[in-house]
Amino acid sequence: MQWDVVIGLEIHVQLATNTKIFSGSSTAYGAEPNTQANAVDLAMPGTLPVPNEQAFRYAVMFGLAIDAEIGRRSVFERKNYFYPDLPKGYQTTQLEQPIVGPGHVEIDLPDGSTKTIRIHHAHLEEDAGKSLHEAFFDEHGHGMSGIDLNRAGTPLIEVVTEPDMRNAEEAVAFAKKLHSLVTSLGICDGDMSQGSMRFDVNISLKPKGQDELGTRTETKNLNSFRFMEQAIAHEVERQMDILEDGGEIVQETRLYNGDRDESRSMRTKEEANDYRYFPCPDLLPVEIDDSFIEDCRSRLPELPDARKARFKEQFGLNDYDASLLSGDAKLASFFEEVAARGKDAKLAANWILGEFSARLNAEDKSIADSPITGAQLGDLIVRIADDSVSSAGAKKVFEALWAGENDNVDAIIDAKGLKQVSDTGALEKLVDEVLAGMPDQIQQYQEADDKKRKKLMGGFMGPLMKASKGQGNPKLFTEILKKKLEG
Amino acid sequence: MHNKTVAELSRDLAAGEVSSVELTQHFLDRIKQEDSKYNSFITVCEDEALAEARQADALRSQGSATPWTGVPFAHKDIFCTNGVRTTCASKMLENFVPPYDASVTANFRAAGAVCLGKTNMDEFAMGSSNETSYFGAVTNPWGHNRVPGGSSGGSAAAVAARLTPAATATDTGGSIRQPAALCGITGLKPTYGRVSRYGMIAFASSLDQGGTMARSAEDNAMMLNVMAGHDPKDSTSLDRAVPDYTATLNEPLKGLKVGLPKEYFTDQLSPAMEQTIRNAIAEYEKLGATVQEVSLPNANLAIAAYYVIAPAEASANLSRFDGVRYGYRCDDPKDLMDLYTRTRGEGFGAEVKRRIMVGTYALSAGYFDAYYLKALKVRRLIQQDFVNALKEVDVLMSPTCPSPAFAKGEKANDPVTMYLEDIFTIAVNLAGLPALSLPAGLVDGLPVGLQIIGDYFSEARLLNAAHQYQQVTDWHQRTPE
Amino acid sequence: MTISREDIEKVALLARIRVDDKQVSELEKDLGNILNLVDQLQNANTENTEPMAHPLDAVQRLRADEVTETDQREAFQAIAPATEAGLYLVPKVID
Repeated sequence: MQWDVVIGLEIHVQLATNTKIFSGSSTAYGAEPNTQANAVDLAMPGTLPVPNEQAFRYAVMFGLAIDAEIGRRSVFERKNYFYPDLPKGYQTTQLEQPIVGPGHVEIDLPDGSTKTIRIHHAHLEEDAGKSLHEAFFDEHGHGMSGIDLNRAGTPLIEVVTEPDMRNAEEAVAFAKKLHSLVTSLGICDGDMSQGSMRFDVNISLKPKGQDELGTRTETKNLNSFRFMEQAIAHEVERQMDILEDGGEIVQETRLYNGDRDESRSMRTKEEANDYRYFPCPDLLPVEIDDSFIEDCRSRLPELPDARKARFKEQFGLNDYDASLLSGDAKLASFFEEVAARGKDAKLAANWILGEFSARLNAEDKSIADSPITGAQLGDLIVRIADDSVSSAGAKKVFEALWAGENDNVDAIIDAKGLKQVSDTGALEKLVDEVLAGMPDQIQQYQEADDKKRKKLMGGFMGPLMKASKGQGNPKLFTEILKKKLEG
Repeated sequence: MHNKTVAELSRDLAAGEVSSVELTQHFLDRIKQEDSKYNSFITVCEDEALAEARQADALRSQGSATPWTGVPFAHKDIFCTNGVRTTCASKMLENFVPPYDASVTANFRAAGAVCLGKTNMDEFAMGSSNETSYFGAVTNPWGHNRVPGGSSGGSAAAVAARLTPAATATDTGGSIRQPAALCGITGLKPTYGRVSRYGMIAFASSLDQGGTMARSAEDNAMMLNVMAGHDPKDSTSLDRAVPDYTATLNEPLKGLKVGLPKEYFTDQLSPAMEQTIRNAIAEYEKLGATVQEVSLPNANLAIAAYYVIAPAEASANLSRFDGVRYGYRCDDPKDLMDLYTRTRGEGFGAEVKRRIMVGTYALSAGYFDAYYLKALKVRRLIQQDFVNALKEVDVLMSPTCPSPAFAKGEKANDPVTMYLEDIFTIAVNLAGLPALSLPAGLVDGLPVGLQIIGDYFSEARLLNAAHQYQQVTDWHQRTPE
Repeated sequence: MTISREDIEKVALLARIRVDDKQVSELEKDLGNILNLVDQLQNANTENTEPMAHPLDAVQRLRADEVTETDQREAFQAIAPATEAGLYLVPKVID
């Protein structure tokens, strides 16, 4: 049987605020356990939440960026459940009146088409702490888990999509687009390895063409695009196997283990979930007025879609390059810096998407960690464009910059003798000298047809490059050679 | 010395007639001698109190004193006190020493007041007789074997027994007014949001309000001057100017329009109770007030709405007591579920468990609309009744409770009968209005309280009305012995 | 409105409170009585009445995003039942 796959996503986006959503504790990543958990975060008796304005600002900016309705009156609810990483025994979240109403995001698909993914809503809530399953033991020798509440109370927006995606490719394209959006907005640092964005994937299958949706499962807490893609493939296959064997899908939450490409049902809770949501009596309704929204609007930076259009228009980039360079805010601004300095935007794009990106990936570095600055790469682009250095020479310069041998492009070219000679007179003299010693090869060349001539040309270039100590401009050498050999 | 009011003690301290150390020692001695009869204190802070008294005396001598500098008082054991055990009268917090102050605690500290100790109460403020305390019941100083009311029964008994001139208290459904009435003292529940709830251990967040207990209205005004005000740590505290509540105590009452809610004068009241209240109201007429009947048509629904809303909020508020970060933890938990269920099963008393379970039930799937949402709608009806009545009159007057102090054990085994004890006080919390109770007579030798309810933020008027009455009567000066 | 033993057991589990058989019987009676009391609500006409979650029609104030808290782990963990290496210890958490 043929199946339609239906995918919806819930994405937890940690907001890049200085402090927690309901307390003045720092949210900085990587602190010693529980050193950023104060009385409110620890749910000490009598303590009360006080909401952080910046979290609302960021949520509204997100809402504006996805063209959503902003909830003018936003209410917090308590979601009740017991878990050791949840100090109050309830999560303060939004259910009935979220801050961001329905919106939409356009995604680019590899075949060049675009698709609209509808956002159901996005709400503000607090993150939980972390359980560490190290080997701790109590006095009776029972294994214990350690609880770190530094993350408890970090502001999140949970973005909930409609079930608009039909395969892993679309889901990943959406996830990447969302990542691009929130990092461009500056409301999330986008660091997936630190859990700044976490994805829950809802998947169901239905017979091709059928309207009614099948039973769905939720795969929780995927924290990389690759794992997400694998988890979807895995779950689609699992459901398909069950359905084709005449089985039924159980509505459940599953955990995916990316290292083993396995998933399993989360331990069935000892009772059905009954979260007993009700409005949090410690918090009043938040009213978002026009001036707050206008202030948020004025803070909106250029967003990825607009930036892509501008890159095509302003720099003459093709759709593919423009898309890649505009997606990530840091990469985009790096590109703009290189292009501004280097003049030749297309060349800048090629170098950034080629050599530079490859190098970052190989060393698992982000742009912020790059040993080469945009200005340096721009200088190198200038020298490539004005023929001061060959592309082979430019790679050597790039290596020297990366290794930190010197921070000045021209100084490296000089020191390494990579300066390309483009003086036609000098080059012509060299050609004459070299050709004087190669009469046989000249005769061979002149008797050959066009196709063979191309091959034979290389026989002259080697000695010429050697004679010029690698500094001769190969393009000019070719021109001069052709003229001399073909008269 | 212990028969003096806060205002008198403050004047004596200012005049140098007594030092704070002498005063503090006197009250500490009294607590030591007398409190075995009442059990009104859970913790007595002897060393801390004397240190605070010495500091207060030093401040007085430097000339930088507030009216409260060196004046002893007590905190209901629901207010967190940095470095001093705060139990909420629960086994769950038997050894809990918070490393932080409630905002109310911090305010009294800043004013230089001397905290004698922490008073007994119903566990987590859930009760109307002070019999649910893990630390034992409190005895009403007015009669052996009578309850002091609750939940602020320890504060009320301690003030009535002259073990402290004043005590903080909290009121979620009558927990200040009912024990004040039963112990023959004056107690004020301010407008919701007038006093910060930060560090005041939560029972029902949208109903809880910290307030005052002392013998006279003037002392209550002095307390409220310290407690009231906006607190950035409590989002529900109101940013609104705080008047000097003592400044308007002497305003004449001529023209004060008093409404008597007819729903509060029914045959639930014994003839003796009703007569006592009518006498007090007659006194107000002599002071120039005019009296008329008003109606609160939905008053009979208040108990029902309250016993959905308060337990619902409590069921979530008390989830944090899980044996992980502080407080009681069961011995040798075999797994996480065991840790939770035994810690909470062993750490909470019967009434607390009942209310958590009622609240959990009312919020659970299938019952939310019928119970919780319905109760919130009825709450609005009740509030609108008050708003309408207070368009016609300035204040409402009623008995604080249907009868004087009852015997210990009389209602303890029947939760519903106990809940009806708050029949006249509970609607005020649902509406968030201020109300006070003042001594207005004796029935069978036991005190009777008159409740005065005012419009939002009318604490000054309520205190004024009570003070004027206390200028022409002496019920508030009667002593139990 | 009556409440069954099964209801009591379900609610006790949701609330994470251990109850023995005797307590279940007591709770069945007490909660039944309390629910009878609150069932008066069903008589109220609340058509067109908005629920009231808060006594005052006030609006939430927001806090500036400034760090105001310092590390007080030592003070907080001094009153904790079980800690190690700065972590709160609980029986093994199984996801």
